[in-house]
Amino acid sequence: MFEGLSFGLGAGQALLVTGPNGAGKSSLLRLLAGLLTPAAGEIANPFATAWLGHDNALKAERRLIDELRFWAAVDGTPAARIDAALDRFDLDAIAALPVRVLSSGQKRRAALARTWASGARLWLLDEPSVGLDVANVARLSDAMREHRAAGGLVIATSHVDIGLDDAAELAL
Amino acid sequence: MSAFLALVGRDLALRGARGGLLLPLIFFALVAILFPFAVGPDPALLARIAGGVMWVAALLAALLPVDTLLEPDRADGTLDQFVARGTPLALVVVARTVSHWLGFAPLLLLTTLVASALLNLPAEQLPALVAGLAIGTPALAALGVLAAALTAGLRGAGGLAGLLVLPLALPVLIFGAGVLTAGPGETTAVKLLAAASLFLVAIAPIGAAAALRAALD
Repeated sequence: MFEGLSFGLGAGQALLVTGPNGAGKSSLLRLLAGLLTPAAGEIANPFATAWLGHDNALKAERRLIDELRFWAAVDGTPAARIDAALDRFDLDAIAALPVRVLSSGQKRRAALARTWASGARLWLLDEPSVGLDVANVARLSDAMREHRAAGGLVIATSHVDIGLDDAAELAL
Repeated sequence: MSAFLALVGRDLALRGARGGLLLPLIFFALVAILFPFAVGPDPALLARIAGGVMWVAALLAALLPVDTLLEPDRADGTLDQFVARGTPLALVVVARTVSHWLGFAPLLLLTTLVASALLNLPAEQLPALVAGLAIGTPALAALGVLAAALTAGLRGAGGLAGLLVLPLALPVLIFGAGVLTAGPGETTAVKLLAAASLFLVAIAPIGAAAALRAALD
């Protein structure tokens, strides 16, 4: 799909992967997340990684809050962090609803809340702004800015401006 | 460990929400009801085949929910989430095996009491049947999860899943039936059944994790 690709990222840095449909943006992120194995070459990712793919990985039958608590248990994050995540992405009012009645934007926010709450150092975000309105894209960029200020790393793909300040750009 | 318990708990909650807890039971009970109609109401014949029929019904009940065991998690990105976190897929598979077993076996053992009456199982064979199923069903659950892993990502693979793992269930069936007919004090069949069950429970998750990994790539 692509070859001759090389980049490195340190604390607080961000990388925006751009390119036309089918260029391999998602595949690159899946490689970094360990979901694909490279045909050749090497990937060194020493960080705890949070993955936000096209699929939100939320079960339709379960309440939103139960799903977030489940992933918090998997990540070993405290309950208070889930409350903060709900607050941060304006999910308090819909936390008790089953995921199946939520809109795609609301599910996306829930997936972002899971990423934020995970406490992982590296965020891999594949088209994080899909389905989000302007106010929530602003929430996303605030979250990314804070994450990087605290030494976190962000690698994202996007076709629109998601407010990733002074990020390195990788065009595929 | 907390991740493991959270996984098992969520699996059971999901299965309950989808109504999947009763399905294997109804299936098991239906087989017990249909069999006397199919082979005729001869009590002696029924008594002879009752134990074997219930073993086969238990095996098929364990394979019944195969389509829902792992494929939804692959399709909705849940498995991706685990892999990205570095959670071993083997842990996910073992948790799924435990929740699958809890989801059908305890209630199935209870249903055996009713089904044995319908099938005219000799009273002295009932303890052997219940004990044998208690020992053998974990292996059946592990095989169900293995089938689910092997067929994850394939469309309409339920039938294929059965073909793949039914042969592996043969030792459990053979020794399970052996337990039924063992005389008092004979423990060889129970030991062989336990050995076959342990073996399958131990190796099935390894194969299932590898199959899932291949399905994701």
